[in-house]
Amino acid sequence: MTRLKALLEVPLTTLAMTLREIFDENAYARFLARTGKPRSRASYQAFLDELRERDATRIRCC
Amino acid sequence: MAPTTQAAKGNKVGKYLLWTFVAALGALAVGTIALRRGEPINALWLIVAALCSYALGYRFYSAFIAAKVLALDPVRATPAERLENGRDFVPTNKWVVFGHHFAAIAGPGPLVGPVLAAQFGYLPGTLWILAGAVFGGCVQDFVILLFSVRRDGKSLCQMAKEEVGKLGGTVAFVAVISIIVILLSVAALIVVNALKSSPWGTFTIAMTIPIALLMGIYLKYLRPGRVLETSAIGFVLVMAAIFGGQWVSHHPTVGLWFTLSGTTLAILIIVYGFAASAVPVWLLLAPRDYLSTFVKLGTIALLALGILALRPTLHMPALTQFIDGSGPVFAGTIFPFAFITLACGAISGFHSLISSGTTPKLIAREPQTRMVGYGAMAAESFVAIMAVIAACTLQPGAYFAVNSPAGVVGTSPAAATQTISSWGYPITPAEMQTLADKVGEKSLYNRTGGAPAFALGMATIFASSIGGDALMAIWYHFAIMFEALFILTVLDAGTRVARFMLQDALGHIWAPLGRTSWYPSILTTSALIVGAWGYGLWQGVNDPRGGINALWPLFGIANQLLATVAFCVATTIIIKMGKARYAWVTLAPLAWLVAATFSAAWHKIFDPNPRIGFLAEADRYAAQLPSLPPEIAHGVAKQILNDRLDAAVTALLIVLVALMVLESAREWVRVLSGKKVAKVQESPFVATRFASEEPA
Repeated sequence: MTRLKALLEVPLTTLAMTLREIFDENAYARFLARTGKPRSRASYQAFLDELRERDATRIRCC
Repeated sequence: MAPTTQAAKGNKVGKYLLWTFVAALGALAVGTIALRRGEPINALWLIVAALCSYALGYRFYSAFIAAKVLALDPVRATPAERLENGRDFVPTNKWVVFGHHFAAIAGPGPLVGPVLAAQFGYLPGTLWILAGAVFGGCVQDFVILLFSVRRDGKSLCQMAKEEVGKLGGTVAFVAVISIIVILLSVAALIVVNALKSSPWGTFTIAMTIPIALLMGIYLKYLRPGRVLETSAIGFVLVMAAIFGGQWVSHHPTVGLWFTLSGTTLAILIIVYGFAASAVPVWLLLAPRDYLSTFVKLGTIALLALGILALRPTLHMPALTQFIDGSGPVFAGTIFPFAFITLACGAISGFHSLISSGTTPKLIAREPQTRMVGYGAMAAESFVAIMAVIAACTLQPGAYFAVNSPAGVVGTSPAAATQTISSWGYPITPAEMQTLADKVGEKSLYNRTGGAPAFALGMATIFASSIGGDALMAIWYHFAIMFEALFILTVLDAGTRVARFMLQDALGHIWAPLGRTSWYPSILTTSALIVGAWGYGLWQGVNDPRGGINALWPLFGIANQLLATVAFCVATTIIIKMGKARYAWVTLAPLAWLVAATFSAAWHKIFDPNPRIGFLAEADRYAAQLPSLPPEIAHGVAKQILNDRLDAAVTALLIVLVALMVLESAREWVRVLSGKKVAKVQESPFVATRFASEEPA
């Protein structure tokens, strides 16, 4: 069981990190680190304003 | 011999044996696909052929390109490292970038194109998806990504301007805007064709609006920043909406509210597109974008697992008689039309925009561009193979009944099934009705566009193991919801991106138009972009041939022309790097794309067959016009205008890209003849601080 856990730890962590990146959770964490703000409605709103600017030019593929 | 040397030698022999086995297995699978005739084959052959081709392509061809052509430098700092700002430039784990890049490039194209091209049989599509991806699409994504990384994450248009010349930059810009507009027309048409007269599907998609709003409120006020958690809740609600859709479709009154015609749906989508671009509706759009990505990734993974576990049998023959150009789904011979129809699963010009967009700003080490660029496209190509399997799992008679427009097979079930059966693909009205009942639809005839056929194939595959016929309707509507949700996200994001590009360009003419926060500019440019794709959508909805016959080839041509632009830029840079002897790596796919797209464009404009040539069809209608009653003549006159407009758009794209090819060739000659000093516009070398860490 411990061996299986050790074996799966890296792929599962990577998968979680990938999903967090795709879904902008990492971007929010970086925003908090960069601005020194705590996780809150206000900081999330500020992050969204920044994200909206970036997303306006982010192309989705066909 | 020392034990370590002996172990290394044994390891090497083991690797040789392994790759020889992979090559032999791949050859056997491709041989079986190509040579087996007269009996159905198992989908597993396609999967084995695909996986072996990608493995060999990645291991050997991409390694050759990485080492000899691009000379990837593991000690050179990337822009993610040099310009790191925690916002756009962020050095990221290679697997995370791979997933992020794949999520960005995976779209409806590789699902729809192969379904449409299945009218030729499963063989042409499968072979081109494999060869096109390994030698073309993956190479394009890889080299453009690396070249963008070496230029601080510059876009394709910027690289075209700097490396090829001003004309190159302008052509790239016009090609990008055109492809976005044509893509959005086609994408919207696919949604309309999938949802028209389908209360179940329409209800499910309509429900994504309140679900997204709820997600927005939850995300913003209750659990700020917990996107994954919110998306999972949204997914559960969407599944509930799918089940609710079944009740709606059976309700005598509520069912009618959601039974909409193609034109009504088109108007709603046009209004939606304009609102999404011009009105700040973040509370709706961003959560829906997350939900769409969540469903997309989950569905692709589910489909891959389902196909691997169930290994369905393909009922479509390897080749059909429609390779002669008389196909009901779209008209045109196998060359060039199979190649421009398949488009994204083999080579997608659109990917060059992603490879020179967000992704280069996340790459931590240069060698990772190989895995991210080449590898992610191979994964996308595998999605296209799954679409081939889904379409070819259907009985051919059912496939043609769903995908053929009424203008070709007839308007009544009896006429349609008789026509299709006469082609050698027997189907009866009773069988089609049973199929429609199983998926909870009133009718499945003339559902052109590829999405319904893909949904039907996916539902057939899953229903054969999980839930049987009892759950087939749920699977079908899940697939329809997935495609429609996904396409609507492409639609609103694409409209916004095109609006920004247009504002940027118009800003050079009159500065206020370039201000992205100035409302008159926002409204004008949004109206221009939505008007452009809305016109294409309207044209498609009112086309008696279902619209896809005209619009999908146009989209394929535009997409492949964008890839042509990307290969022109890449070849120019390779020659300027002093690697002209390896320029064939990008020159060969470039030559193929020029041959395929220019031939297709020529046929679409000038072919004397009215089902293929826009001008021939316009002439045929024009000849009929004087004898038609006024109420019909008005519609036919519009069709004539549309045909001529389509011909003009195709001609414009071809002329622009021909200019790009000529401009690039002139640059190659000047560099190779020594008339111009070969100088690439790369950022200066800076050593990476990651060199001492884990290998890239």
